[in-house]
Amino acid sequence: MNSYIVKRLAVLIPVLLGMTLIVFSIIHAIPGDPAETILGDKATEQSKQALREQLGLDKPWLQQYGTYLGELAHGDLGDSIRTRQPIAREMLPYLAATLELTVASMFFAIVVGMNAGIVSAWKRNSWFDYVSMVIALVGVSMPIFWLGLMEQWIFANKLHWLPSIGRMNSRDPVEAVTHLAIIDAMVGGRMEQVWTVIKHLILPSIALGTIPMAVIARITRSSMLEVMDSDYIRTARAKGLASFQVVYKHALKNAAIPVLTIIGLQTGSLLGGAVLTETIFAWPGIGRYIFEAISSRDYPVIQSGILTIAFLFVIINLIVDLLYAVLDRRIRYQ
Amino acid sequence: MSKKYAKNKAWTVLLVLALGAVLALSGCGGSNEGAKPEAGKTPGGAGEGVQDTLIYGRGGDSVALDPAIVTESESLKIGMQVFDTLLEYKESTTEIQPGLAESWEVSPDGLIYTFKLRQGVKFHDGSDFNAEAVVFNFNRWSDPKSPYKFEGDSYDYYDSMFGPEGSRVIKEVKAVDANTVQFTLTKPQAPFLQNIAMPSFSIASPKAIQEKKADFKSNPVGTGPFVFKEWKRNDTITLEKNPNYWKEGQPKLAKIIVRSIPDNTARFNALQNGEIDLMEDLNPDDAKQLEGNNELQKIERPSFNVAYIGFNLKKKVFNNPKVRQALNHAVNKQAIIDALFAGEAKPAVNPMPPTLWGYDDSIQDYTYDLDKAKSLLVEAGYPNGLPEPLTFYAMPVSRPYMPDGKKVAEAIQADFEKIGVKVNIQSPEWATYLEDLKAGQKDDLYMLGWNGDNGDPDNFLYTLLDKDTIPGNNRSFYVNEELHKILVKAQVEVDQDKRAELYKQAQFIIKQDAPWIPLVHSTPLMAGKVNLKGFVPAPGGIESYSSVYFE
Repeated sequence: MNSYIVKRLAVLIPVLLGMTLIVFSIIHAIPGDPAETILGDKATEQSKQALREQLGLDKPWLQQYGTYLGELAHGDLGDSIRTRQPIAREMLPYLAATLELTVASMFFAIVVGMNAGIVSAWKRNSWFDYVSMVIALVGVSMPIFWLGLMEQWIFANKLHWLPSIGRMNSRDPVEAVTHLAIIDAMVGGRMEQVWTVIKHLILPSIALGTIPMAVIARITRSSMLEVMDSDYIRTARAKGLASFQVVYKHALKNAAIPVLTIIGLQTGSLLGGAVLTETIFAWPGIGRYIFEAISSRDYPVIQSGILTIAFLFVIINLIVDLLYAVLDRRIRYQ
Repeated sequence: MSKKYAKNKAWTVLLVLALGAVLALSGCGGSNEGAKPEAGKTPGGAGEGVQDTLIYGRGGDSVALDPAIVTESESLKIGMQVFDTLLEYKESTTEIQPGLAESWEVSPDGLIYTFKLRQGVKFHDGSDFNAEAVVFNFNRWSDPKSPYKFEGDSYDYYDSMFGPEGSRVIKEVKAVDANTVQFTLTKPQAPFLQNIAMPSFSIASPKAIQEKKADFKSNPVGTGPFVFKEWKRNDTITLEKNPNYWKEGQPKLAKIIVRSIPDNTARFNALQNGEIDLMEDLNPDDAKQLEGNNELQKIERPSFNVAYIGFNLKKKVFNNPKVRQALNHAVNKQAIIDALFAGEAKPAVNPMPPTLWGYDDSIQDYTYDLDKAKSLLVEAGYPNGLPEPLTFYAMPVSRPYMPDGKKVAEAIQADFEKIGVKVNIQSPEWATYLEDLKAGQKDDLYMLGWNGDNGDPDNFLYTLLDKDTIPGNNRSFYVNEELHKILVKAQVEVDQDKRAELYKQAQFIIKQDAPWIPLVHSTPLMAGKVNLKGFVPAPGGIESYSSVYFE
């Protein structure tokens, strides 16, 4: 098992290097002059030229790439062109905000999606099966933008149950320590704020988690159906085990691998795809950080932001692979 | 795994699921944070009584908080609260009034300005405001070798208002005594006092700049009504009351939290839900919901902008002024305003708003007249309309002067179709959009707008339509030598009546040449709680919140 982990980790290095090259080339293929975009309409030609020189944008891109890799090796992500702050420091709060939202969304997606899928497979062709699969179909095709605004309108404006924007009550904010608001509220000993923070998480995580929830439900259902038709389940039933135990213990374990793959992929896509949710719910996450960087041609931020997401994606995949090995011993020898 | 354990685990999963569902459906009951605050109560604020914290919702975050190094308004809005300028604009107008300078004198030749400064004013860090501080700031902006210019900072507003290095308008700024500052100019500048009042020329604490250095742009220190407290990027900026502010009885609020909420409708949802107290950029469509709502009020910002369709004069088809005039006759401005601005705009006749001095109201607009348009096209040699379809760039972003560019473009497309002019609408991403227009290769006609900076006609007419601003803001590549002479003459004329006369001539020439279809002067909409008082929106979009309070 240990050597398997080491091997999987060693593969990461060329993957990450390849990612830097791809991201760097694509970003530098974007048309347009960053100096112009950053300094705006009122800038003089002189100050634009000065900025280009300072950013090294006048150098050939291979040289720029080399410089970038060198800095990256020292853990230096560079400075944002727009705000001139070190990116590594600046990105942390955004990253934390996105992680918090992603975890909450996946929690929602997994708990609801898997259970819906399991019960649908178990009670195949029942009304529950039909209803939940229709919901899953609608969920996949629901525009996040519309869903988010509808949630706000119903649960915040009409019913006044939940807050519509932000991460916490900004009239009485929690002090940032880890930038994960729930943990910060706990660390600060402000238990009443923990609840407030959770309430702020509910609407955006449902909006963001709806698509993965629907995908997970469908995959779980079909995977479970396949397993439940197999001989060993019939045997288990024949031995007189209660249906509940057959489904949740025997069948689920073997049906879990494709589901796990989907969970991994969906989590990765949430990390990068949260821009709309973050926009509607004024959630200061990494999706918006990158989006703003793109509209201001902030190359270093775009690069670092995408690389960070890609890195997390790779890590999630690694975790999924390791979990496969735990679930199915045959996998680690392949 | 024992049977019992497996069962427990399964039940746990189901319980969590059930709990989740119940939470989502019940709205979590309990505490009322986020829910609408009850009337008369201060939501989560500082105890009983009247609310003294304002939460202001806007679309974007600031870039930097040192007003000298930025040109975009989201940054200057914060600068306006933290800093003061020597002169100020009177509320909701562009007339000047004393600020940190109590009075001023101008020499008869218009070259020497002497300012008497207010005494006893202190910066937020406790240091004294005096003539030396003024000199320090102006030297920092003008001297390219100043040790207080930090890496990458540029002072573009200084360069554009007072001339770039090598042709500065301000020759020297000196402290005559502790409370007197004298400016010597190289040549007279008509809008000099107007310019001095721009928020970009805010007086910052020299001590803070010397100590904080490059960090000053995220930790600003001025003499203004509010003290900068905290900046969570893309989230909130927190400002607190300056208890020693020199304006009697101001500021009235204890705290301001400025929140970035990018989506206009989400921001309006937050206002309705009591999470913010005041918001910018209300969608015209959402404004209808304010009617009959007795908890919210609609606030109109004075119109100080122009949205226009520009012709790219590099393209051969637009060489003929008759074609441009024909298209001017083909746009039904009022229909666009009714349908897409919810009526909250006025048809534009000239390239500057009618509220600005020097506006020529004797000029008649090209009427909406399709027959006239067709006959002009015939005269121009296009009896069957234009042979090739035109590429029409429509704005991909919403701006106060143009809430929905693509829909407006579609309306105009339909209008043009009626006189045999076909257009293909394109909306590339915003940065690319602006670059393409500047290059002038891809677009045939385009949509854009402008919001005034400083209340001088020069800031519209010269900035947008003079040949000097190619490449740049003159994206029509419109060159008229006679117009250029008039605009340059107006820049050095000191007598405002004479200047107004020159700008009227300029508007006449522009109307004849028709490099644009001036579209609308929109009224940007805001919304706030009904008990919010004392908020006076400024035409330029940047106002002080120091007299805002809650009833």
